[in-house]
Amino acid sequence: MIGSLDLATLQKLWWILASVVGSLFLFLTFVQGGQTLIWQLGRTEREKSLIINSIGRKWELTFTTLVLFGGALFAAFPKFYATSFGGAYWVWIAILFTFIVQAVSFEYRKKPNNLFGPTVYEAFLFINGAIGILLIGTAVGTFFTGANFVLDEYNFVKWTTPFRGLEAAQNIFNVSLGLFLVMNARVLGALYLLNNIDFTNMEDFKERTRNAVFTNFIAALPFLLIVLIGLLTMDGFGVNPNTGVVSIVPFKYLKNLVEMPIVLVILLAGLALVIFAVYSAKFLKRESGIWFAGLGTVLVGLAVFFTAGFNNTPFYPSRADLQSSLTIFNASSSHYTLTAMTYVALIIPVVLAYIAYVWKQMDSQKLRPEELEGPEAQENY
Amino acid sequence: MLEQIDLSTVNWARAQFALTAMYHWLFVPLTLGLTFLCAFFETIYVKTGKEEWKELTKFWMKLFGINFAIGVATGIILEFEFGTNWANYSWMVGDIFGAPLAIEGIVAFFLEATFFAVMFFGWNRVSKGFHLFSTWMVAIGSNLSALWILVANGWMQYPTGMAFNPDTARFEMKNFFDVVFSPYAISKFTHATTSGFALSSFFVIAVASYYLARRRHVLMAKRSIAVASVFGLVASLMLAFTGDEAAYIDAHYQPMKLAAMEGLWDGTTNAPVVAFGIVNGMKKPGDYQDPFVFEFKIPGLLSLLANRQPGSFVPGINDLVFGNKERNITGVTEMMEKGKLAVKYLAEYKEAQKAGDVAKASNALTEFNKYKQYLGYGHLRSPEEAVPPVSMTFYSFHIMAAVGSAMILVFLLYLFYTAKGTIERATWLYPIGIIFFILAFIAGEAGWVVAEVGRQPWAIQGLLPVSVARTDIAPVNVKLTFFMFLVTFTLLLIAEVRIMLTQIKIGPKEVN
Ligand code: HDD
Ligand code: HEM
Ligand code: HEM
Repeated sequence: MIGSLDLATLQKLWWILASVVGSLFLFLTFVQGGQTLIWQLGRTEREKSLIINSIGRKWELTFTTLVLFGGALFAAFPKFYATSFGGAYWVWIAILFTFIVQAVSFEYRKKPNNLFGPTVYEAFLFINGAIGILLIGTAVGTFFTGANFVLDEYNFVKWTTPFRGLEAAQNIFNVSLGLFLVMNARVLGALYLLNNIDFTNMEDFKERTRNAVFTNFIAALPFLLIVLIGLLTMDGFGVNPNTGVVSIVPFKYLKNLVEMPIVLVILLAGLALVIFAVYSAKFLKRESGIWFAGLGTVLVGLAVFFTAGFNNTPFYPSRADLQSSLTIFNASSSHYTLTAMTYVALIIPVVLAYIAYVWKQMDSQKLRPEELEGPEAQENY
Repeated sequence: MLEQIDLSTVNWARAQFALTAMYHWLFVPLTLGLTFLCAFFETIYVKTGKEEWKELTKFWMKLFGINFAIGVATGIILEFEFGTNWANYSWMVGDIFGAPLAIEGIVAFFLEATFFAVMFFGWNRVSKGFHLFSTWMVAIGSNLSALWILVANGWMQYPTGMAFNPDTARFEMKNFFDVVFSPYAISKFTHATTSGFALSSFFVIAVASYYLARRRHVLMAKRSIAVASVFGLVASLMLAFTGDEAAYIDAHYQPMKLAAMEGLWDGTTNAPVVAFGIVNGMKKPGDYQDPFVFEFKIPGLLSLLANRQPGSFVPGINDLVFGNKERNITGVTEMMEKGKLAVKYLAEYKEAQKAGDVAKASNALTEFNKYKQYLGYGHLRSPEEAVPPVSMTFYSFHIMAAVGSAMILVFLLYLFYTAKGTIERATWLYPIGIIFFILAFIAGEAGWVVAEVGRQPWAIQGLLPVSVARTDIAPVNVKLTFFMFLVTFTLLLIAEVRIMLTQIKIGPKEVN
């Protein structure tokens, strides 16, 4: 069956797959959100340790999802991979840098003789959670506001500003998207902790965590509003399906939502789920909010990626040269490669299944302080 | 596009790749082997139910975890470096090269990431059996990631299963299985993973020898050595075997690399292996200088290794550069002429297409197709450019092969004294074990220098020189990131080594 899919179908399928991986990453940024909460929520060494060990058991998963997102884009949309990474050089380098320092921090923070001392490793985690996510959001913003590149006849990329991508940070929309993601990650992080830690005899710690869910959500709202208003009112990029010519289309993204009502539904459902999760944590004192907010974040992510890539929209538009803009059709791999990769993708459900199984096995008991201290202590961060 | 090549961007990008890849390879081999060793240790624990084996397993796992974190930190840079520093490359071969990287993520990294958490934090949360299963999954997962990245790297050495598409100006995949089962993929996977096994066995042996020398944790050290010396012996035998295989396929698909590895300038029948020698670094293709200042040769051995046929002909660098009619070898000089035609017709084709001149376009395409397999050579500026740095390749290869042969003996000695039960008294052996741990690192890095420097100037052998593969970016950017990585990785390495040494000093928990 896969063998008989036509190119356009495969291209759409792979945009959906990439969107799913990207959106799952956004959910998993609860790890990064948690990293920015260590100092704020952890008043004592024990509380800090609980936070770090709680999210620390998931950091690899988030990290790997980011790596897969990159790999999937490389395999399915190599022109995007080449154009964006080679072009918006400094944005990506800065993002990667925050992930390098994250990768060692959990493991090295508490180990004796670790060269920098625990505070520096905690600072690394904070930088990754704050700057890393902010820049990722800013980079995703350029899917709508455009980037400054020109492709020559061999499809080699030239960037038209010396800032190599950092200029995206001058745009309020991009930055707001980034800040929204940071705040959202913090909401997710607090919700995750609420669900994952056994707060017996630590009521004030729990209350603090619960409040963090709410305050960070409130802090996220202005940025969300800027993003939504921007998205609904801005001039977007459109491509004529018959000629392939790219032009500026007024209210393009509003039109996309109207013309693809399912995406609008996904977006609204996602936002509603996040709001419900915050409400249930703060006012109903429930601990399961992470699942609602997580699903909500995935849905919002999907809506964002679909709006950017479907309905004759170039997902990586160029401000410098409209006709260089990348669409899912002109940036993709060949029919053969997409087909082969689709066969490989059949294994994804298996991967998701064992991740879910292990997650359940590991998190069925909540994390207790005794596990981290005293004679019962296990290997920990 | 090619007229204004800025060489220094290429060179900084090459240096950066070498730096980051070599850092990554400091940690990866230990992951590849230590995961298996931990799985062996834990299997013994589960089979015997003895707590000592559990503590022993946990100790090696702790060291593994310290190494793993920094392996991941260096890996993510490589994953994205193809895009940042080699953008043209990523576009031109992304259709083929991207796939193994994505597959690696799907099938390998998630196995590692998921079961890693169980391995460290699951002792009291999951059953014994499931914990053991998880440890095995981490071992298999990490070796699967080696598989897929080496498929990608093998394809760069021997590009197969693909064709050039003039309309998109890129290479496109035609046969996935040709890519996955290419002789290079198989040889690289078997050789590189076994090199990791051997190195990790030395790691265990070195640490255990230190304990024995100090008379600490004696029982634990002896047990560790028993397992590691068996594993190491098997691995080192396979390592030599697969290394021989690697040289054999180099002879067929990358003869220039093989010639550089052996410093063979003029092809000959009954070609010798230079057991050791000092290379004359001034020698250039076509001149009459002596290739060696000093050498010790084993006659006929290279013919045997390269072709598995005594007395057979092995081409030298000069044959490959200037051609050898007698032996039916097309030289670089001739291929460059044809390559220049390919470049020219491709440009004509593009132009005609833009102008909408169908007849001219089809003509140019017919001409292009005649020469397209030489396209890469059209980008070279001089035939000498096709010769890789000979002395670096030669020395690296010889260091690797010497260490590889000697290590078999060392494993044998450790095994022998363990079997005899006198390893505690064989104190003279301990320093040798520790030195070989360091030599194994050097050999592994040297192996990569052979593989990667030996294929210069090509990013994709014969198709895409590094000068074309690069990103169009001012050198200062790449230079800056080079130093950023240098400083960061070096600091992290220092932190890692200190943490590791401290943990080794602390040692495992004693159970009695
Ligand atoms: C502990 C490390 C180690 C040791 C002792 C050896 N190797 Fe090795 N070798 C590697 C570690 C390595 C490696 C790092 O794994 C390489 C680099 C690229 C690759 O795939 O494997 C490699 C590459 C490599 C290549 C280049 C393959 C290519 O063109 O891509 C050859 C010809 C050999 N090896 C041959 C040998 C021989 C004949 C050995 C003698 C016993 C030997 N190696 C021992
Ligand atoms: C981990 C061990 C590796 C080491 C030590 C290593 C080493 C090197 C070195 C020294 C260079 C620069 C050569 C020169 O310019 O003289 C290089 C280049 C390169 N290597 Fe590797 N390499 C490794 C693994 C890989 C793998 C697994 C791949 C691909 C999957 C790869 C792809 C490349 C590419 C794309 C370049 C740049 C183009 C070029 O200079 O040829 N390398 N590597
Ligand atoms: C230049 C090519 C390479 C790239 C792009 C690359 C990429 C990566 C990335 C992104 C990670 C982190 C994965 C995670 O999220 O856990 C990683 C780790 C790893 N890589 Fe590489 N890698 C390269 C070369 C190699 C080679 C040559 C091998 C083995 C032969 C290898 C084996 C591993 C292993 C075993 C890990 C697990 C973590 C560790 O190192 O301890 N990689 N690599």
